Amino acid sequence: MNFKLKIWRQANAKAQGRFETYEVKDISADTSFLEMLDILNNNLIHEGKEPVAFDHDCREGICGMCSLHINGEAHGPDTEITTCQLHMRKFHDGDTITIEPWRSAAFPVIKDLVVDRHAFDKIMQAGGFISVNTGGVPDANTTPIPRADAEESMDAAACIGCGACVATCKNGSAMLFVAARVSSLAKLPQGKVETLSRAKAMIAKMDELGFGGCTNTRACEAECPKGVSISHIARLNRKFLTAKFKD
Amino acid sequence: MANIFTSSIGKKLIMSITGAFLILFLTFHMIMNGALVFSDEAYDAIVRFLGANWYALVGTVILAAGVVFHFVYAIILTLGNHKARGNIRYAETKRERGVEWSSKNMFVLGLVVILGLLLHLFNFWYNMQWTEIIGAHTNSLGMSPTDGADLVRYVFSHPGYVIAYIIWLVGLWFHLTHGMWSMMQTVGWNSKVWMKRLKCISYILSTIIVGAFMLILIILYVQSL
Repeated sequence: MNFKLKIWRQANAKAQGRFETYEVKDISADTSFLEMLDILNNNLIHEGKEPVAFDHDCREGICGMCSLHINGEAHGPDTEITTCQLHMRKFHDGDTITIEPWRSAAFPVIKDLVVDRHAFDKIMQAGGFISVNTGGVPDANTTPIPRADAEESMDAAACIGCGACVATCKNGSAMLFVAARVSSLAKLPQGKVETLSRAKAMIAKMDELGFGGCTNTRACEAECPKGVSISHIARLNRKFLTAKFKD
Repeated sequence: MANIFTSSIGKKLIMSITGAFLILFLTFHMIMNGALVFSDEAYDAIVRFLGANWYALVGTVILAAGVVFHFVYAIILTLGNHKARGNIRYAETKRERGVEWSSKNMFVLGLVVILGLLLHLFNFWYNMQWTEIIGAHTNSLGMSPTDGADLVRYVFSHPGYVIAYIIWLVGLWFHLTHGMWSMMQTVGWNSKVWMKRLKCISYILSTIIVGAFMLILIILYVQSL
């Protein structure tokens, strides 16, 4: 398969970016999207040109490092997958593919398709933890947890912090990410003790870092590679407002 | 609690509370309009009740405050959200699966509602309650300000007004279909199970309210022929 790639190139955070067009030829339909970019970069290096910078790590869909806005969609044209799980068979021979970095004020571009997602780390540092010494790993089932709660917690914990929610949201809001973190801990006995203070601290940090507010468009859950539901945002809202009214 | 309204969720809470209040007002207004279909006298009795009496004036001020707060906070939130999106926009975008058009265009729909409201205030509030407040015996159309039924029938005998009001009401319907379930989500009264139910309830209530307004003005137009 042959493709024309329209890729955002930007030398550094302060430089003016622009789209550049490249062609890749004889790509197997079973090549992953990131492998296709590897092939492009290999070609560029052989031509003595600067390769395209993009984030990636595990390439198994669990680390949350890969990003990319592909043909107008975070992680490309498929549901509940990351870019590393996207394969070229999802495209047609001869397609022009537009590849852009995440666009959000809180995620500035570092170079080409790489954005700075440290803002998520800062939100986690504000409250995404349990502040007690938990000791060693307890035996399984020592603390009984209702199955529904465990499932709900795990559904939220599936968030890999990739930032697709922020990249997709028209408001650049991180509410789905924060909600997933707060919700996954709120449903477990060890985590629920600090739910209210956690919700307050993480929302305060989210607002401070310049993320937008949630307008319930549901675009984030549609593009989330892990299918995290906005019902977790409802829980976050509930916990946050409860915390504020108790202050 | 002091700084609740400076947070992004707190600002949305204001939108939810004022939105709920305005939906209650719309419901009351719809029922009041229904009286006109059955009896001009009944409608005029309501008009006299809601004239320049102290309780009606207090209600008007509270209602106006609700609209102002809803609109001002919509502007504050929209500007903040626009800034958060960053300076450079995507070259290519796609409509995400399951995302409704209204949810992404609430501000534009709100502007349609506000523009319609200005026309509506001029047509009716100015010619009724305001005329009474300034102590005039006749309004700009030469009618008595308590002659509500005649005024409404006069306005909706003009097809231009009927079309303008239908456009306004369609905008309001889209605004309500998202706004109703969205306000429940914002205050946290939602879950995976209730998501579909709340959306269904929003569509049903929006259709009942807006549909009744539309039906009444169409009936009035037909009766004027």
